[in-house]
This record gives sequence, C-alpha cells and structure tokens, in this order.
Amino acid sequence: MIEQSINVLAAGLRRREFSSVELVKHYLQRISALDPQLHSFITVTESNALAAAEQADQRIAQGDESPLLGIPIAHKDIFCTTGVRTSCGSRMLDNFVAPYNATVVEKLNAAGAVSLGKLSMDEFAMGSSNENSYYGPVANPWDLERVPGGSSGGSAAAVAARLALATTGTDTGGSIRQPAAFCGVTGIKPTYGRVSRYGMVAFSSSLDQGGVFARSAEDAALMLQTMSGFDDRDSTSLNEPAPDLVSGIGESIAGLRIGVIRDHFDQGLDPQVATSVQTALAELEKLGAELVDIELPLSKLAVPAYYVIASAEASSNLARYDGVRYGYRAEDPVDLEDMYKRTRAEGFGTEVKRRILTGTYVLSAGYYDAYYLKAQKVRRLIRDEFVDAFKNIDLLAGPTTPTTAFTAGAHADDPVAMYLSDVYTTAVNLAGLPGISVPAPLADGLPTGLQLIGNFLQEDRLLRCAHQLQQATDWHQLKPDLV
Amino acid sequence: MTISLSDVEQAAHLARIGLDPAQLDHHLADLQQILTLVEQINAVDTDGIEPLSNPLDAVQRMRDDQVTETNQRDQFQPLSAATEDAHYLVPRVIE
Repeated sequence: MIEQSINVLAAGLRRREFSSVELVKHYLQRISALDPQLHSFITVTESNALAAAEQADQRIAQGDESPLLGIPIAHKDIFCTTGVRTSCGSRMLDNFVAPYNATVVEKLNAAGAVSLGKLSMDEFAMGSSNENSYYGPVANPWDLERVPGGSSGGSAAAVAARLALATTGTDTGGSIRQPAAFCGVTGIKPTYGRVSRYGMVAFSSSLDQGGVFARSAEDAALMLQTMSGFDDRDSTSLNEPAPDLVSGIGESIAGLRIGVIRDHFDQGLDPQVATSVQTALAELEKLGAELVDIELPLSKLAVPAYYVIASAEASSNLARYDGVRYGYRAEDPVDLEDMYKRTRAEGFGTEVKRRILTGTYVLSAGYYDAYYLKAQKVRRLIRDEFVDAFKNIDLLAGPTTPTTAFTAGAHADDPVAMYLSDVYTTAVNLAGLPGISVPAPLADGLPTGLQLIGNFLQEDRLLRCAHQLQQATDWHQLKPDLV
Repeated sequence: MTISLSDVEQAAHLARIGLDPAQLDHHLADLQQILTLVEQINAVDTDGIEPLSNPLDAVQRMRDDQVTETNQRDQFQPLSAATEDAHYLVPRVIE
C-alpha cells in the first residue's frame, strides 16, 4: 500500500476498499516504528489526524471526490497551525501555539488532506543539513549516518521513509530541492508568490516560497495545485489563479528545448553525481527533448549575493523575537535590554545568531551600499541572465547539488562549506523562478537529483517534464533499505 | 574587508543578542569567513544597475482605507510570558 500513488489510494478510498481512518492508522504505525531512528517529526498529531480522517470518510461517503480527500500528509513546522505547536525548529518558539492557520494549512485542510503532524527543520529554515534543529538532527533514511539536507530535512526524510504521502516545505535558497535530492524524492519550489506566505514563519521575505515533497511529480502536482493561488493576506502573493498542474502532465515533451547549465558541471561537482545527472539528461533526450548547452556565468555569484540578502532580511524579520508578545523569554531580567539580549542569546541557536549578525552588519551604517545594495544589483543581473536564457529555451537543467548527502557533522566547523551545498539552487530563488529536483540514478548507493528550472509561472511544464521522465524510468521508485 | 572584535560587538548590540565573551573570537572568525565569501560580488560591475527587491518587479498592492483587522487580544495575549489588564509587561524602563 505504501508504494501507491495519491491517485491510486484516493480511488481505493472512493471504492471503500479501505477507509481514510485505516490509511491514517497505517501511517501513524509506520511513524511509531521508524521515526525513532529518523526524528523527522517534531510533533505527531494522532488524535487530530484520526478525527480529520473520520471527517474525510464522511465526505467520501457523501460522494465528495476531491483528489486529496483522506490522504495522509504532514507539514513542515514552519506553517502555523491552530492548536498545535509551531516551533520553527527553535527554542524561541518551543512554547508557541499559533492563534491561526497558515493559508497553506487552510487550503489542504479544506481539500480534506489529513495532517499527521509537524516536521523537523533547521532552526528558522537556516541550514542545509537539518542539524540546526532545537529538537535534534534528522537522519537520512538512506544512511542514518548522513544528513537528509535542509532546511526542510524532516519533510524530505518523511516522504523518503514512506511516513506520509506528501509533505509541505519551504525553499529560500534550496531548502526544498537540496533535501529532495539528498533523500531521493521529488521536491518543487514554485514561482515566488505562487504559494501564500501567510502563516509561514518568515526568514527572508523576498526569497521564501512554500512548496511540496512527494514521491512523484504526479503526486506533487496534486498537492501544489491545491496549495497555490492568490491570497489577499500575503502582500507579495501573485495575482494569478491557481494553475492547472494535473490535466496536461501526461503530454509529451518531444520538441522541448532544455538548456543544460554548463556552469553547474564545474570542478565542484562530484563526478559520480555528474554521471547520474548526465544519465537523466540522456533519458530526456530519448523522450524527444532537445538538449542545448547554455552558460550562466553570473550564477556563480548567487551564493555570495544570497548570503547578503537573506541574512539582511533575516536580521530584520527575526527582530520580532524580543520575548514580549510570544515565544521564549529569559528568566529574571534585570532591565529591558538584558531581557532582549538574554532572550535572544538563549532562544536562538548558533546558525541563526550567525545570520542575524551577518545581516545586521551588512545593513549597518557605512556598509549598506557596499553589501546590501550591491547584492540587490547583482540580484537583478542574475535574474536578467535567466530572463535572457528563457528567450531561446523552454527549461534549464543541471544537478541539484554538488554531492550526495554528506555525513552528519562534516561541515560543523565550516559555515561557508555548508552554504556551498546550495551552490546550484540559490540563483533560482534570487530570480524568483520555479525549480524542481527529480531523482536521478543512485551514486554509490545514495540518491542524486536532477534540477529543472522553469520560466516564471511554468510549474506545469516542470512537472510535465519530471512526470515524463518518471514514466520512462524507475529512479523515483527506488527506496531505502529502512523502508 | 577585515573586521574587528568591536564590529562584532557592535552588530551584536544592534541586534540585541548577548554574546558569550569567550565565544567572541569564534564569532569574529565566522563573520570574517562569511564576508570574504560575500565580497565575491564585488567582481561584477553594477554601475547603472537598479537594485532588485522583488524578482517579478511587483509593487506593493494598495487596499481601501478601511478597518479590516478585528480585535483578537484575548487570543493573542495568552501567548505572552507576562500580561496584566490587557497590557504586555516588561521590566521597568523609567525609574
């Protein structure tokens, strides 16, 4: 049962072959059995899930055929949920129960998807290994000694271990695509503004974008279609109707022009990952796509520009955690400044402090122009380089990550080495484009990811290309021994 | 650019983050390493280029000037560590 697609399970629910309550109990049992090794969940909401499953069964009995009705999913613990703690992986929000639901949560609830709980993540989504969670590291289901990637590490690990059919995530610099590649699942970050940021704890507001993990592009399309759409409560929400990502997914990709980003096959790329990605590209060619080499020389400046912009926005966004209105407050402050300083010293972890300090520095008097404005100008150049590329091609492709999942602790003393794990993904966020990571062949027994990048609003094309690849190959169906 | 311990202390003060004095050298080394990385952006000429803050060049939406928020104090205040008579309590700031 756990290898079936959402569509197949939904059909089984409608035919009463099993109930949503039975399906949800099965997944809750899997979480009890496997998650003590993975730690992908921060909170499992068993009673809420069973109640939601009962309601889904009632809707199914009344003839409701919503595609996600009764399907077990889970949320990254960055999406606010009424009545259930939203920790954002931080001690700062360890006691925080939001008084409202994120729009993403509302939309999936309305569609009848059943949330099993809240998934672990790097604190405030800052990290590429899920080692920065206040609740402890998450293990990669393919090798428990390795990281699942981050920041949405719990979301990726849970799908890879078949602990949920699909999960939500967020991607600021690669936080969906990089863990998807490390865990061998499909992960899509849509165009900036597609998915509402309302109720999604803010890290870097001009880059943050919600998205999906699933075992296939087809499942991801069902989820993303449900989550997307204009939201008046998000000031940067795109005023576009939710896209139809499902009906055209079966169409051929013959004639599609795919630009292969030569700059991403550089010295930093592991040769085995390169081979896997080349194999996936060759498969796209067999399916009728035309591969064209393309150079994006400015994309190598994406990581440096990203760490200025993201850190600056983070220092501003995280100023709200002052111990006054919600979240952690230090004990027995002697005065207000002591309260602020100790609250933030004790409530934030190392990486979050590092980013806030970096962001504060680049925004401070005398440095604003040299760092922040300069980075925003470079951002425009990077965005325009993509815009030019899309005048001649339909999609861009390359590896998602330079290596397979690294060993836990490997980059513990070297923040910059950790940042370079996102070397192929951050440019996509700076440009606001949609990107997807699709499983490519294993390298030395570990998953690899093919990254596809689309033009603005072309999630449908990305998912169609990914789906066609998955119809022709079985890399996305490979599973860790743990499962 | 080379930064000093006082730069780190100043940034920490502006950000209202208390730093363990024993860790200051460590923070300085981290920040120096990050700034060395980000200074790669100086390799590109950006004369005459406008800064980009929204990748889709979107501008802030305007709405009608009407009250839309409702009073949700009873839902919000229980989240605070200290409230009294509908006020948030903090340490005394005026002697």
